[in-house]
Amino acid sequence: MKHALKRKLIQIVAFGYSNPYLMNFKGGKLYQGKWKQFCNPGLNCYSCPAASLACPIGALQSVNGSKNFTVSFYVTGLLLAFGVLFGRAVCGWLCPFGLVQELIHRIPTPKFKLKKVFLYVKYVVLVVFAFVLPIAVTDYMGMGKPAFCQYICPAGTLEGGVPLLLANGALRQTVGSLFTLKMAILIVTVIGCVLVYRFFCKTLCPLGAIYGLLNKISIYGLKVDGHKCIGCGKCRQICRMEVDPVKSPDSAECIRCGECAKACPEGAICVGFAATGQKSERQPS
Amino acid sequence: MDSRAKRVARIAGLFTACGFVLYGALRGEVSVVLNKAVNLCFECIGLG
Repeated sequence: MKHALKRKLIQIVAFGYSNPYLMNFKGGKLYQGKWKQFCNPGLNCYSCPAASLACPIGALQSVNGSKNFTVSFYVTGLLLAFGVLFGRAVCGWLCPFGLVQELIHRIPTPKFKLKKVFLYVKYVVLVVFAFVLPIAVTDYMGMGKPAFCQYICPAGTLEGGVPLLLANGALRQTVGSLFTLKMAILIVTVIGCVLVYRFFCKTLCPLGAIYGLLNKISIYGLKVDGHKCIGCGKCRQICRMEVDPVKSPDSAECIRCGECAKACPEGAICVGFAATGQKSERQPS
Repeated sequence: MDSRAKRVARIAGLFTACGFVLYGALRGEVSVVLNKAVNLCFECIGLG
């Protein structure tokens, strides 16, 4: 089976197990079973009527901002486990919103690359919106709000907000300026994803920031064999996450899609659980 | 990072992750996550 097709099928399966309750769209209701005590490894809003699992970033903020706890060991532990096992392979293979972005990017238009400085915005979003604001800004009961979900997350607007408002007339009466802001962010994100490959992953996703930091030690990794590499640069040219796998196989931006390994004419790049993520040096000739 | 340091970091990371999940579950964080996830999150959909 072709590598690209295999990855796409796994992404579709991941999207399917994340959102199996499609009939809930009709009534505008949420799945309320026990699976929702577990977090999805990828970004998928738990207020999406079809969602089967909890959103890890939403869950992290809700525990961090709850009355009884200030730090979520449970969600942090799950994220650490996913990150150590897979790193950003979660983004490339398992994230439902990642698949949505890839499909949007297929719309035929001129495509652009991002300046490197924008790649650091997601770390600011992670610290400020997922940690600082939910813990520091609390109401009279001592509870914080999930600031990333509230002010930024376009996945929540797309998967939860839009379908629920379409299905529920009473909810439509409560639409205000916040929803306008979130729709504006969603529209900017969609346009960004049309023009730039995985625009949201690169610039705003706090989950991508966490997994990116863990890419350096993740068990699912990328290895470049320096003995085989002829320095042709084909891997760098084909990478849509703008990574040079030869220079930085552990880059925080690498989503382990494996396109570089497929493009390498010498078979010098290996992606998988067997790859250590380390570049072996070329022997002097 | 050399491969030995990486191996140590992975083992430490996985043990820490298991410890965090168990500790978090024992002190009742799972019910907070479940409660949030099964109810409509108004903030998430832009109404809160």
